[in-house]
Amino acid sequence: MEATREKRSIDVVIARYPAQREHLISILQEVQQEYGYLSRESIDTISGYLKLPSSKIFGVATFYNQFRLNKPGRIQIAVCRGTACHVKGSLNLLDSVKTLLDIDVGKTSKDGFFSLDTVACLGCCSIAPVIMANGKFFGRLDKKKLEGLIEKFRAAGRVEE
Amino acid sequence: MSRVFIGMGTCGLATGAGQVRAAVEKWAATRGIDMTITPTGCIGFCKAEPIMDVVTDTGHRISYSNVTPEVAGFILDEAFVRKNYKLDGLLGQLKNGRQPFPGIPMIEDHPYFRKQVKYVLRNCGVIDPESISDYRSSGGFKGFERALAMSREEVISEITRSGLRGRGGSGFPAGKKWELALRENNARKYVICNADEGDPGAFMDRSILEGDVYAVLEGMMIAGYAIGANEGIIYCRAEYPLAIERIEKAIDVLKTEGMLEKPVGGHDFQFRLRVKKGAGAFVCGEETALMASVEGRRGMPRPRPPFPSVAGLFQKPTIVNNVETMANVSHIMREGAESFSAMGTATSKGTKVFALTGKVVNTGLVEVPMGITLREIVFDIGGGIPDGREFKAVQIGGPSGGCIPAQHLDTQIDYESLKTLGTIMGSGGLVVMDEDTCMVDMARYFLSFITAESCGKCIPCREGTQRLYEVLDSIVSPYSKMSGEEENLLRFNRILNMEGLAQVIKDTSLCGLGQSAPNPVLSTLRFFKGEYDAHVYDRKCPAHQCKGLLTFTIDTNTCTGCTLCAKKCPSGAIVGEKKKAHYIVDEKCIRCGTCRDVCRFESVLVN
Repeated sequence: MEATREKRSIDVVIARYPAQREHLISILQEVQQEYGYLSRESIDTISGYLKLPSSKIFGVATFYNQFRLNKPGRIQIAVCRGTACHVKGSLNLLDSVKTLLDIDVGKTSKDGFFSLDTVACLGCCSIAPVIMANGKFFGRLDKKKLEGLIEKFRAAGRVEE
Repeated sequence: MSRVFIGMGTCGLATGAGQVRAAVEKWAATRGIDMTITPTGCIGFCKAEPIMDVVTDTGHRISYSNVTPEVAGFILDEAFVRKNYKLDGLLGQLKNGRQPFPGIPMIEDHPYFRKQVKYVLRNCGVIDPESISDYRSSGGFKGFERALAMSREEVISEITRSGLRGRGGSGFPAGKKWELALRENNARKYVICNADEGDPGAFMDRSILEGDVYAVLEGMMIAGYAIGANEGIIYCRAEYPLAIERIEKAIDVLKTEGMLEKPVGGHDFQFRLRVKKGAGAFVCGEETALMASVEGRRGMPRPRPPFPSVAGLFQKPTIVNNVETMANVSHIMREGAESFSAMGTATSKGTKVFALTGKVVNTGLVEVPMGITLREIVFDIGGGIPDGREFKAVQIGGPSGGCIPAQHLDTQIDYESLKTLGTIMGSGGLVVMDEDTCMVDMARYFLSFITAESCGKCIPCREGTQRLYEVLDSIVSPYSKMSGEEENLLRFNRILNMEGLAQVIKDTSLCGLGQSAPNPVLSTLRFFKGEYDAHVYDRKCPAHQCKGLLTFTIDTNTCTGCTLCAKKCPSGAIVGEKKKAHYIVDEKCIRCGTCRDVCRFESVLVN
């Protein structure tokens, strides 16, 4: 039942776009927005819709950093690794996040609560170092502030400013 | 009625502008005051965010910096109730064409703004970016109207005369690009605005899109008319959600106003605009890769010719210009080519926006005329290096650029002079580095970025940058990882050949990304050879950044044996009895620096 329900709604999601190759990336983005990631089944569905081999879609999905092929945590943390953030110590910050959450980059914690990624640059270089949590930006961080943030997220169960 | 403006760009929001807005709303509600809150884009002084402006009874607009929710209430009390404007955090008043408000300095006299010339950023942080009437009253769409009254050739010659060169990196003359596209006889042509600002350390395009989105769209409409295109696409990175939202809203407004998808100005010219969200690939900033991505494929560049102006998107003639270029176009068309060409140097006209970040006091966006020196930007506008540190270098042009050392700080900035220093203008990221930044580590950082972002199509870039990265990595890794003399010799051999390898990558890569990928290595080798030598021969990192080369020890004379470091050490590398000096077991030490951070007696020494 679970699978058919998802399938119905994925049809709705992708039907907003004409069945042309040029809309592939937009479709993938929309599907990921809906489900948080691109499952094997959704890639196959898109493949049927666009009449494009799944391998081609997989090729596109793995080329771009935005797409993820496994289920993310409820709170997705992305540590910016841009130049300005690097100069201001984002590598140490990343190490701290890894220790705090006890997960590696690209992984989701066992309780499915946190997942961790890095991002090339968030464009908030003037308030480096920066992290993004569920689309919200947090800047001018250090180890202490970071610990406070993670603690707050954990307690609230969601991202709070 | 009372009115405040709050800078609510992404950087403002990240530093708490949302809470400030809530505080202002609450303040007005509890006092029953009718309050208009206008969110603006970023005025460029990100260090001072959140910024709030209050409007006086006389219509003057006075700006305050570092406004927290608590301070906001105080400012509102003082400004609206007690009419006192001389408060902490005062930045100054904005020019509004009237007599200045007595006793309050002008914001353009602030040290951060004094040497800046706001041409393309004039509206950012000043107008409400979502209000088309705000844009109109600042002179918006006059340039488009003027263009429609001219012939296509006249528009292009105006742009050519202005001397506008592409602001995305390469510096190709915009007028020339348009002329090539106009010459093509094709019923379908495209205008693409490259908003895939992938250079880490650059955010001027985000700021323009968030703060003055209509100027960009107007520039695209002018470009569309000039080359005879019917469709414009803004390729914007998905990492900029606020910018995308603003573009989409603005396009909808333009549609309802009848300026899009309908013939305008008595011509048969009608134009469509749409947004295409990028999906996070640095290489998509390269125009042929960008077009592949718009077509729904992997963003891989292709050889040129054919140039995009002949066969671009869907094999149709296409021009690709970046956000800052497009925004400049609308101002140039409104105020004439001379307003732009009067500024700058012989070959590089106009202004350039730089994103000033890193180890500098004032971070933010600065717009300066071409020909200004780096020293003026870093020290006069940027306020120098914080904490009394020594300036070491400034990195310009992102991963494709290079590092410029102190002895070249007086170089006048233009496309050509930067090239002679082995770097490029790029999109304008300026990352300042002080004595605590290791240049070998910087080169390695950029290479790790490039290896991750290389599209993999051509071998010099895919394999070459990977090898180059391995060499740099071996320089900063400890000896103990190496086994045997033979391997050490091999490693040394690679280091000796590093420069040659970099040159091969430069000469043989397919696209601009690969051709410029070795720049960070070549420029640091050129100006900071001494630091490489210290890493290679002495096995020391002078800036104490390369963890692999550091040794942590505890000064037995000052250690009080408080056991704090031993408790906090994540790898259990610290041993010692209570109240007696502790020791670090080097084999177990992971060089995380926790002990140094927690020690209250500065007993942990790093060498």
